[in-house]
Amino acid sequence: MCLGIPGIVVEVKGRMAVVDFGGVRREVDATLERVSPGDHVIVHAGMIISKLSPKEAEETIRVWRELIEAISSGEELGSAR
Amino acid sequence: MGQDSSRAPLREFRDRDLALKASSAIRKAAAGLQGPVKIMDFCGTHEWTITHYGLRSLMPDNVELVAGPGCPVCVTPGYYVEAAVRLAMDGIRIFTYGDSYRLQGPPETDLPKSLEEARSRGGRVEVVYSVLDAVRMAREDGEESVFLAVGFETTAPATLAPIRAGDAPDNLRFINVHRLTPPITRYVLETHPEAPIRGIIAPGHVSAITGAKAWAFIPEEYGIPTVVAGFEPIDVLLAILEILRQVREGKARLVNEYSRVVSWDGNLEAQRLMGETCDVVDAGWRGIGFVPASGLAFKGEFRRYDALEAYGIPELTPEAWERDLPPGCRCAEVTLGMARPTDCPMFLRACTPESPYGPCMVSSEGTCAIWAKFGGGGLAEEVGRELGVI
Repeated sequence: MCLGIPGIVVEVKGRMAVVDFGGVRREVDATLERVSPGDHVIVHAGMIISKLSPKEAEETIRVWRELIEAISSGEELGSAR
Repeated sequence: MGQDSSRAPLREFRDRDLALKASSAIRKAAAGLQGPVKIMDFCGTHEWTITHYGLRSLMPDNVELVAGPGCPVCVTPGYYVEAAVRLAMDGIRIFTYGDSYRLQGPPETDLPKSLEEARSRGGRVEVVYSVLDAVRMAREDGEESVFLAVGFETTAPATLAPIRAGDAPDNLRFINVHRLTPPITRYVLETHPEAPIRGIIAPGHVSAITGAKAWAFIPEEYGIPTVVAGFEPIDVLLAILEILRQVREGKARLVNEYSRVVSWDGNLEAQRLMGETCDVVDAGWRGIGFVPASGLAFKGEFRRYDALEAYGIPELTPEAWERDLPPGCRCAEVTLGMARPTDCPMFLRACTPESPYGPCMVSSEGTCAIWAKFGGGGLAEEVGRELGVI
């Protein structure tokens, strides 16, 4: 039910926006976010609930990769308590 | 999917190598921990990711992933379904999401059991993808209509935005069954201390609205590690890894793994929208109980959109609330993470996705429906192998 579909804004029309979901376009409610064409967004039940930051996505992966590497090389984890 | 630029930022969250490394790190982090380390995924969409990608089979023996109450259809009291069915049979057009269309009302009644059955018996029911479809149709033909509005914080703003904006016509009213998730999580932690939960994967898209801050009470008051996570397989693996690291350190913090979508404060406009149109009220959860401050009810000028009030149907009260599950159904325990679907004697016998008996088998996000589709154990492992994560 709380499924969010990632898409890209192609057009803003007042309170509404047209979002492209990998080729399928739909007009959705843009009340919650100020969006511009090109923005990555998450759409749920016909409404943009959030922008998606590709930069944050990259950063998340980078930080976790480092952590996982550290764990793999035995640096990160202490003994279990 | 590969050429789809809308998913491009997410590609790495399905990366096979990273999944393998994360799962090996999970094994290291879990080594030596006294089990079972029970981790609850609140959200039905997380449960879907876990089951669909076979993540359970990647878990070490001392780590158990349990599903929580995060399926809004499953927890919608049958009382509201019955009210909607009654209105449909009286000739009022009912709009609903596909998920709630098949949800059954109370077992003992002469009325059709679900909106689906109501429609087959001549009732007026329309399944819509979005409330905007309902608004448009009601405006165009002016017919008396009611929207059965089910969903958590993620979904409530979609219902409420056209109401606040004055786009919803007067002939469209709402049965407002929106429910709030932090209060039910608190309720789960308060009522079932005998089954200690040692980590919580907090719902990502609810948090886009409420902010990660809505979950700060879990580590602070209950000392349980909590991670707000996204819905790709890597997101869930990272959340589990982080929880295990904290359990290992004997610490409890709130971590936002889903920062690409979720901020600390959440969507302030959505919070304003809910606050301007609704009061927070005590509300019934199917199979669970009446939970303090866990529902939304229209307030002030917006009460004119309240379908129950308009048609003289009393609101559900704690006194009138009943457990509301068919005999033998164990949905309540499944929803609270106290039983697995396979523990229920009805599962895949008297209760199947084609012919659901209990509410958890209805929605595609119901734990029983997910397990029926992908299997909780062996099948999941197969899927995991197919995707190269094992």
